[in-house]
Amino acid sequence: MLMRIPIVILQKTGSLGLAARDTARVFFAHVLYMAELALKTALRAHLIVKNIGISIEQMYIIGLESLSLVAVTSVFIGGEAVIQALYQFSGIVPLRYLGMAVCKALITELCPVITAIVVSSRISTAIAAEIGSMKSSEQLDAMECLSLDPIRYLIVPKTIACILMMPILVIFSELVAFTASIITAVLFTDVTLSVYLTSLRMYFFAKDLLIGVAKTMVFGGVIALTGAHFGMQSKKGAEGVGEATTKAVMTAAVLILVFDFVIAFLVL
Amino acid sequence: MATPKLSIEHLRKHFGDHLILDDVTLDVGEGEIVCVIGQSGHGKSVILKHIMGLMIPDGGRILYEGAEYSSPTKKPSDFDRIRRKLGMLFQGAALFDSKTVGENIAFPLREHTNMTEDQIRDVIAEGLEMVGLKGIEDKMPSELSGGMRSRVGLARAIAMKPEVMLYDEPTSALDPIMSDKINDLILDLRKKLNMTSIVVTHDMSSAYKIADHIAMIFQGKIIFAGTPAEIRATRDPYVQQFIRGQRKLYYAVEDEKAYEAPVDLSRLRRPAYRAGQQKG
Repeated sequence: MLMRIPIVILQKTGSLGLAARDTARVFFAHVLYMAELALKTALRAHLIVKNIGISIEQMYIIGLESLSLVAVTSVFIGGEAVIQALYQFSGIVPLRYLGMAVCKALITELCPVITAIVVSSRISTAIAAEIGSMKSSEQLDAMECLSLDPIRYLIVPKTIACILMMPILVIFSELVAFTASIITAVLFTDVTLSVYLTSLRMYFFAKDLLIGVAKTMVFGGVIALTGAHFGMQSKKGAEGVGEATTKAVMTAAVLILVFDFVIAFLVL
Repeated sequence: MATPKLSIEHLRKHFGDHLILDDVTLDVGEGEIVCVIGQSGHGKSVILKHIMGLMIPDGGRILYEGAEYSSPTKKPSDFDRIRRKLGMLFQGAALFDSKTVGENIAFPLREHTNMTEDQIRDVIAEGLEMVGLKGIEDKMPSELSGGMRSRVGLARAIAMKPEVMLYDEPTSALDPIMSDKINDLILDLRKKLNMTSIVVTHDMSSAYKIADHIAMIFQGKIIFAGTPAEIRATRDPYVQQFIRGQRKLYYAVEDEKAYEAPVDLSRLRRPAYRAGQQKG
């Protein structure tokens, strides 16, 4: 019996090693496929001028139809930022700096990142579901049989729409969040409106706003390409499509945070 | 002998360790209707996907009018030119869900031709009339029955005027009357447009009605190829099992008595079938 213990330990270690190897293999395969899809999408981006109608339709679906979701989340982002800043500042930092802290937080991180994650939960899953269902019902094969490139007609319009609409959604988000923060500050803190508005403008740099908005273009590309990648890799049937949508939203959220870190590291 | 319209030579395909197609050879003459029959999972649809360039073979090649266009060294982008000459009707029709019937048919016409919108509208109307569905341009695919979807799929496929049509189990989800309508459409296309057709099916009544030749695939190999009369008369037990729809396998012996016995597959190997070849 005692003789078996080292053998069992060896077996378990070996199994773990093999599982890690398989996971790493799958991870790098996905990274490779996504990079390939991103490259193919970029190479076909110029063809969008011939199918501008499809892109405009996607901009409406991705942009305009997400406004209500973004508005609701932004109200709470703005209010929560004020409450948190108030709590953290209590007794340490004068409240005349409350607006400055909220402004910095909203325009550099809270609005861009949370808006992107919230939008990805809607758009990335929708793209993965649409493309996965099309794959399952052989519509992608039908497109290829009709010499219609699925990347050109499906993925490029969605990617360009996401890249263009994300900055607009984030600007809208910041507008709503700032309004909510002003209302929260005036109603629930001892800060007056004029003090809060003055502090919002304190140490405001346009560069922060521009970087915050510009990085959402990267997030938009990530959202669209993640949904497209998992949709195209999905297995047939409802279970396969469901799995694809779950993976799409999880991966999009992680990649948004990864790219946020990389951009902050490079730019700031 | 005339060059076959389409030639499949020694086609091989693996999915992982599983051998799906093992040395499949088949010729299809111009204007001919060839039915490929066989049990589910034995490689019928995989043959069509190779013809259409949706899969790259692991071995062998496919020729169109004598010119090779598919082989293990080809890439997916090499098939764009040949796909203009081929049309495919998928099982379930594979209509684009987000587009109306008219937009489904117009989509390839707008992208690949210089037709005006009026000309495209005329082509759509003509195609729908040919399949017996006049006036449904504005309906969505979700509003159509299975038979209507198949016919719209056919109208979409023939809108680009292909020379060869591929059908992947066109009658599998249809009632017998609708199946016969599809059979009549296939025959009609051959009569009006001299269209060459390859029909993958397990519906023997369809095969008997429309086929000039029937090829049976079994475990990745063509084990029989001949006319409908020849397939009915063959004593090959696997063919008889399939065309009669029998669960058990029987040997027919000299005195016509049938009994259960194990079958040696190696005894069933035969030379590859080529169109126009006389049997016997």
